Amino acid sequence: MSPRRTDSGGLIDRLRTIRFTFDGAPYTGHAGDTLASALLANGVTLFGRSFKYHRPRGVLTSGVEEPNALVTVLRDEVREPNIAATMVEIYDGLTAVSQNRFPSLAWDVSAANQFGGRLLSAGFYYKTFMGPAIGPLKSTRFWMFCEHFIRRAAGLGRAGTAADTARYERMNAFCGVLVVGSGPAGLMAARAAADQGARVILSELEPRFGGSANWSGETIDGMPGADWAARAAGQLEGYDNVRLLPRTTVWGYYDGNVLAALERVTDHKERPGKGEPRHRYWVIRAKSVVLATGSFERPLVFPGNDRPGVMLAHAAERYTNEYGVLPGHRIALFTNNDSAYRSALALKKAGAAIVAIVDVRPELSSEMRELADEAEAKILSGHAVVATEGGKALSGIKVQRFDMANGALAGDARSIQADCLLMSGGWSPTIHLASQAGAKAEWNAARQAFLPPKPTQMWPTQQWIGAGAFTGSFSTAEAIAEGRAAGLSAAGGTGTPAALPVVEAAPGDPDPAPVFEIRADGKSFVDFQHDVTAEDVRLAHREGFISVEHLKRYTTLGMATDQGKSSNIPGLAIMAEALGKPIPEVGTTRFRPPFSAVSIGSLAAERFGDLRPERLTPMHDWHVANGATMYSAGLWHRPMIYGLSGETIEQAYVREARATRESAGIVDVSTLGKIAVQGPDAAEFLDRVYTNMFSTLAVGKARYGLMLREDGLAFDDGTTWRLGEQDFLMTTTTANAGKVMQHLEYFLDVIWPELKVHVTSVTDEWAGAAIGGPKARAILAACVTGTAVDNAALPFMGIVHGKISGVPVMICRLSFSGEMAFEVYSGAGYGTHVWEALIEAGKPFGLVTYGLEALGTMRIEKGHVTGAEIDGRTTARDLHLDWMLSKKKPFIGSAMMDREGLIAPGRLELVGLISLDNQPLNGGAHIVEALDEANPHDSIGHITACCYSPALGRYIALALVKDGKARRGTRAHISDPLRNRFGPVEIVSNQFFDPDGSRMHG
Amino acid sequence: MLITCPYCGPRDVIEFTYQGDGNRERPQPASQDLDAWNAYVYNRLNPAGDHNEIWQHSGGCRAHLRVVRNTLTHEISSVAFARGDHKSVARHKTEGKS
Repeated sequence: MSPRRTDSGGLIDRLRTIRFTFDGAPYTGHAGDTLASALLANGVTLFGRSFKYHRPRGVLTSGVEEPNALVTVLRDEVREPNIAATMVEIYDGLTAVSQNRFPSLAWDVSAANQFGGRLLSAGFYYKTFMGPAIGPLKSTRFWMFCEHFIRRAAGLGRAGTAADTARYERMNAFCGVLVVGSGPAGLMAARAAADQGARVILSELEPRFGGSANWSGETIDGMPGADWAARAAGQLEGYDNVRLLPRTTVWGYYDGNVLAALERVTDHKERPGKGEPRHRYWVIRAKSVVLATGSFERPLVFPGNDRPGVMLAHAAERYTNEYGVLPGHRIALFTNNDSAYRSALALKKAGAAIVAIVDVRPELSSEMRELADEAEAKILSGHAVVATEGGKALSGIKVQRFDMANGALAGDARSIQADCLLMSGGWSPTIHLASQAGAKAEWNAARQAFLPPKPTQMWPTQQWIGAGAFTGSFSTAEAIAEGRAAGLSAAGGTGTPAALPVVEAAPGDPDPAPVFEIRADGKSFVDFQHDVTAEDVRLAHREGFISVEHLKRYTTLGMATDQGKSSNIPGLAIMAEALGKPIPEVGTTRFRPPFSAVSIGSLAAERFGDLRPERLTPMHDWHVANGATMYSAGLWHRPMIYGLSGETIEQAYVREARATRESAGIVDVSTLGKIAVQGPDAAEFLDRVYTNMFSTLAVGKARYGLMLREDGLAFDDGTTWRLGEQDFLMTTTTANAGKVMQHLEYFLDVIWPELKVHVTSVTDEWAGAAIGGPKARAILAACVTGTAVDNAALPFMGIVHGKISGVPVMICRLSFSGEMAFEVYSGAGYGTHVWEALIEAGKPFGLVTYGLEALGTMRIEKGHVTGAEIDGRTTARDLHLDWMLSKKKPFIGSAMMDREGLIAPGRLELVGLISLDNQPLNGGAHIVEALDEANPHDSIGHITACCYSPALGRYIALALVKDGKARRGTRAHISDPLRNRFGPVEIVSNQFFDPDGSRMHG
Repeated sequence: MLITCPYCGPRDVIEFTYQGDGNRERPQPASQDLDAWNAYVYNRLNPAGDHNEIWQHSGGCRAHLRVVRNTLTHEISSVAFARGDHKSVARHKTEGKS
């Protein structure tokens, strides 16, 4: 029997034993346990080490707000750090490890940090490392030296490096009423809305529906709360119009009642089922929303409040009633409100001794005295806990007389032996979602809490209704009444006076005493996860930080992964006291999404992994079958190289490019954007969107065109073919296909609706193959029928129609590689057929297939620009394309392209670079006039593309260099400190190879 | 946020692409009035309230829509085809030049 497991009770399945490990040690628990409850049942008190001081920490809470008990969960090779042990459901084989400890959790060398407390107080890093360098130990340079050690010592779990192989998916859902939270209020709301016929979604972040009903020990409708909740959830399951989402955290509330939620589908399973995602990202569009998100219990701030064994009162009650685990045998409580008395009684009933209830209030109600009597607990009213004792577990506490009016302590401290201290500092409604939705929280002095406002007409697109503890109504009876009313109202129904379930609950005043902190010697923690103490908050005030936003940033209060769920209000209260202002005047920070941590994988969802959509060219299978190494360009998959065995990437592309220039090469260009531009005004339209003339282009000819943006910067380039008087085929770069289409549509729809032009994306309708090289024409002559392909029939930029292997094709003689080259287009369905016929015809001529690397190499040799040079900052002049700027007509960008700044000297201009040390150049490397490896500075430009050029026998690059044209023939250096590559280069024209185009003109 | 496309009905904002401020007045193509071009390309209103915007239903019918959206509440008070009669929609005068 586990040392802390009760003999009976709880909602766990005692017949099912589950085996797991924590820090390598084997443990057992039961189905229904969390990692936290199972470890507590095994007598484990130490869960982790704190962020800054490496103090031993236990488990503080029982839910999503846990700041201390963070663990790393290992699954195969994948490690997921910073998971609250309170949220991990155990399964057979679960492997979890503790964090931020070295060499082990029990013996941690950095624990000495806690004795240097003053050194590491708020603002330590700023003060020590920022600002002017005075002496050797104060400067950013010193910070850079220390950073490595500090980052190692401070922090949480270590991220893994193995790729996450889990599957994630996204689901869109629509509903009439979304109910967030399934405590008594949420269950009632869902039921009421469902009975009205509304489509209802009920989400619950825990595995079990019921919220506090599962552990409050209250009786609802004549049965234990947990039974009532199970019955209510079971009934909802039978409704066709209700969808239940357990293990689902609604984490974002966006415009128009769009809510984001994370469903943890398989985290609790040993192995996911077939096709099951690990997480599902829900986007829920709800007509109305019921927020029944409950409340968080607050810790009290006093010295040693972070010691393992100190826990929130309701958490202990929950461990006892829901999991059958007693967090201690000799338990003391420390409270400023009535709710802890019910917790004391629950623990007493489960077999613990309640050694004391320390209450800051001098006067207590007779009901509370009766509850304490029943728990056989001694009440110390008008007292406070001023210290805790023990190491990795609690051994005792010290209490002193406390005057609530002025916070003064009096009399001698006396010790009480206890192995567990439960604290309750009142309750804060979980208003995060309402705050995200734009609601400004209102301070309620009686509840000592920020309550959500009533939604107003100011925010007509955010229509939520609150119910239960979320609204500050902390009793279950109120929650049940408000829940039903909220559900009815959300579904647009009117109240029918039906009897509400009767609740039998312990009495209690919902209003706590306004006490947040006991000021005594020792570290009193406000933010447990970020190790922010009450003294840090006061220090921030003394140093002049008066805004709550600044306080937060200076101390990092509330900025840890728990986002201050338990620390925000105590921190604010201490700040308010320091400022001498009431809490509402200090204000609170607005909550932002996400409510709790969200896996990046779930946000990427189908954009990643096996659900990712992909665009494949018609010849894709052929490429793969013929040894192509594919890579992704956006959604497209394109051949990078067709490597031979034993070849490096460089050897492969050099061979492919060389063979193309020596005989012939063929490349798949189906990914180019293709847009049919048709209609009586098509030519006029093209004149307006391209910088050069298209109305003068003869039918059956193509022309290279350049587009600018409205601001005069270069946008995209490509060839456009005139197939008929009113029929053009525009090609765009692969990356810009969508943007160009949108650009054209915008002008036709919004600016020039009078133009009679239709634009249609036909990218996927055509398969394209570019065949180039000295033998290219001979290869076409060998396989094309129905048309001649000689110079007379097919001059440069000419277009012919013919057939290849019986399939109609359109051939345009144009060149990207700089060789005599042709683009052969056929219907996409015949793409592979035509491709194979071309390959077959090319065999006697030594035709090679080449991939994007060789394509890029040949374009660099020719100095052609792509997206790396048309980067949204360069003009046509910068790229030496000013010969394309027509002076005969206006075009998009023509008015703005000659602005002062765009024609001023000192602009980055396109140049070529040749490596003078015969070493490869790197994309992104900077160009400098004088090399200074230790202190790189004064960049005059950067490399946009680089390769080994087989035509020149050198490593070359294209670059954008300040006043580049004037620097041709001079020398400079590349400076790439990230990759430690420095070396001399010669600046030359971007047209490295065959500048007069004799090869392509033939 | 939902936008009610006149062709397709109410659709989520994810289907639409924002295509800029609907108050811009493009100068005549041959205009050399650089101030007017500058205002068209760069000057934007930033109203706290109703804003006249162009959205494209890029994930649907691809029509451009003139949408009046309240920047405080995200309430959409009118949607019309941008191609159609612009004057049927509430418009805001672009004030001043840079």
